[in-house]
Amino acid sequence: MDLVRIKNVEKKYKNGVTAIYDLNLAIEKGAFVFVIGGSGSGKSTLIKMLYREEKPTKGQIIVGGLDVAKLKNRKVYKLRRKLGIVFQDYRLLPKQTVYENVAFALEVIGAKKDEIRVKVLKALEDVGLKHKLHEYPDHLSGGEQQRVAIARAIVNDPKLLLCDEPTGNLDPDMSMEIMKVLEDINEKRGTTIIMVTHDKDIVNKMKKQVITLKEGRLVNFKKKGTYNNEAI
Amino acid sequence: MKPFRMLGRSIRDAFKSVIRNFSLSLASISCITITLIIVAIAIIASFNVQNFTKEIERDMTIVVFLENDATEEDVESVKGKIEKINNVDNYKFQSKVDVKKQMQAESEVFNRVLDEWEDDESPLKDTFQVKVKEIENIGKTAKQIQSIEKVSVVRYGEGMVDKMVTAFASIEKVTYGIVIALVIVTVFLIINTIKLTISARKREISIMRLVGASNFTIKTPFIVEGMILGLFGSIVPIIISTYGYLAFYNHFDGYLFSELIQLIKPEPFIYTTSLIVLVIGILVGMIGSASAVKKYLKV
Repeated sequence: MDLVRIKNVEKKYKNGVTAIYDLNLAIEKGAFVFVIGGSGSGKSTLIKMLYREEKPTKGQIIVGGLDVAKLKNRKVYKLRRKLGIVFQDYRLLPKQTVYENVAFALEVIGAKKDEIRVKVLKALEDVGLKHKLHEYPDHLSGGEQQRVAIARAIVNDPKLLLCDEPTGNLDPDMSMEIMKVLEDINEKRGTTIIMVTHDKDIVNKMKKQVITLKEGRLVNFKKKGTYNNEAI
Repeated sequence: MKPFRMLGRSIRDAFKSVIRNFSLSLASISCITITLIIVAIAIIASFNVQNFTKEIERDMTIVVFLENDATEEDVESVKGKIEKINNVDNYKFQSKVDVKKQMQAESEVFNRVLDEWEDDESPLKDTFQVKVKEIENIGKTAKQIQSIEKVSVVRYGEGMVDKMVTAFASIEKVTYGIVIALVIVTVFLIINTIKLTISARKREISIMRLVGASNFTIKTPFIVEGMILGLFGSIVPIIISTYGYLAFYNHFDGYLFSELIQLIKPEPFIYTTSLIVLVIGILVGMIGSASAVKKYLKV
């Protein structure tokens, strides 16, 4: 079963720049996929279209059975509840503790207090931060903050986890820590992960599927791929 | 129950936000307070103007004197013609004899003087007291009556009535205009102050959107916050208008300038006014914050 299906997608921005030309892709359930490419390759646009921050100008994007391109602005939450999203800049709430930050994702969808407690503790355990429940984000290292963000992204048991350069602000050791956490989530929870990155070492070490984009076009899609400089 | 749980969280968050952004909240509340005070005064004024316009209109009468030699048939025919005029609401007939009796009862001097005349040589006239439906057209109606045969004189306090009626009508329009303009201005003020509190929470809203909060869930705390600001903002205006009006009413004994201009009794009038002020405050806060948050829900 394919979790994500992209058909003939084109994205042209209002300023006339075309970021994606006629893209076709299918990503199956449980996969771990890297999206790589140079700047201007369209990798960020691709992931933004997956969580409907951008709309394709042409074509169809299906995520977990939802037709993303046709989703109305006020229905976007239906898609977002099936997804977890992790960003380079963590996007945590500074005035709330680790626990509150993760619980926030469940509170806004109206979960019960007991349910929130169980799920938040489980998610924080999965990312290895159970001992820092009551810390504030400012008191954590970058790697730890990113792990809080990952916990928040998976707390709702999403089918798909989108990561937009999650290691972009981290040193190599911390990056590998994050990758281990993501790999764990992929294996233990069966969550499909799509991760945009330009970190060669990570891609080469992980040996996962790799989608390579160049100037808005798909160059190749390999199982157990590596970061191929020439292709980019 | 999920909706109640969500509502509870919204109310909690709204109170938190009011307290956390205390200085901004205070600014919004003062804005609402000042405008609502003026709105309350305008409401009290316009209701009072309406009230005494009606009172005066109710008292307004056209007095019709018939010719001295009018017979009973003449009286009947005049009566029929008055009835046919559209603007006539009701009328009362007083014959010479009734007028004589009334005057005699009122004063000893009249009693003596009038006793000297026989009924058929009485200088008194049969009269009709006519009340009209639309006070604006009282002049026209008087003219119509004047043109009826055997009618001698028609009186209705001409110039003064006309002027008063037009003055009241324009005062009423102006007060309505002021109230509406003030409400609109307040809405804009609140939109802007709440925009400030919201832009401080842009990040929070975008995160809410990302983790799958529906627009409704995101909006509710802000709308509740606006309602709270409106509620707090209407407390002082309600106190001022209630006690102010009571003091005003008691000071003038319920009349302004003359007995003609009667003020509305404070109870239950001040309760109605307070309720209107409260509702305007809450609505204005709600509308203001709802439209302020809209812009951030498109990410």
